[in-house]
Amino acid sequence: MATKWDFSLRLAAVDMHAEIITTAFNPWQALADYESRLDLSKCGGNAVFTGNMRDHNQGDEVTTLYLDHYPGMTEKYLQQSLQDAAQRWQVIDALILHRAGSISPGETIVLAAAWAAHREPAFAACRYLVEELKSRVPFWKKEQLKDGGRWLNPA
Amino acid sequence: MPVTVKFFAGLGERLQRREISLHPDKPLSALQVWQEAAQEDELPVNVLVAINQTYAKADSMVKDGDEVGFFPPVSGG
Repeated sequence: MATKWDFSLRLAAVDMHAEIITTAFNPWQALADYESRLDLSKCGGNAVFTGNMRDHNQGDEVTTLYLDHYPGMTEKYLQQSLQDAAQRWQVIDALILHRAGSISPGETIVLAAAWAAHREPAFAACRYLVEELKSRVPFWKKEQLKDGGRWLNPA
Repeated sequence: MPVTVKFFAGLGERLQRREISLHPDKPLSALQVWQEAAQEDELPVNVLVAINQTYAKADSMVKDGDEVGFFPPVSGG
């Protein structure tokens, strides 16, 4: 996969990583690759979310999706989201992989994951990362329909 | 130093511009930057503001060399 930008940080014994990716990737392979570098003996819980591009939305057929972003600001808020999650919950590691550019139906748009000693912080931190992507991190989706394009409102 | 103004997503398409530079002769608020850059009096309710890549309010002041971004609510994830 082609990485446009990546970020890794160790903050108060918490490791975390984010990437903006410009080509299709296999989220489960990426997750396995990342996990291979973790000490899983400490991780009792791991929560994962993947979001994929659908070929339909609001009753229309969607042929492609374009992910716009704000170079510089998007990276800043990806980092901030990971740091906030680490400060709010006792996570051991956290990961965000997010596409930018053109995406085809069925391809993964986002992978968010959190590892913790217990399931509650893992679930909560993973959910938080996804909601941050939906509400604060500067990405915008434009759908290509048969008869033109359409920018999406927040979900 | 000029103020760099950037527009993203559907807003950039509507205004038909992604980036311009302003050379104000006095300090401006983000709203005033919008008025000059977008040539519109009102900042639409669904347009968000960032100054130097940090979310800001429309009444925040902009300095020489700052970057001001205007964009719709985000839709990532």
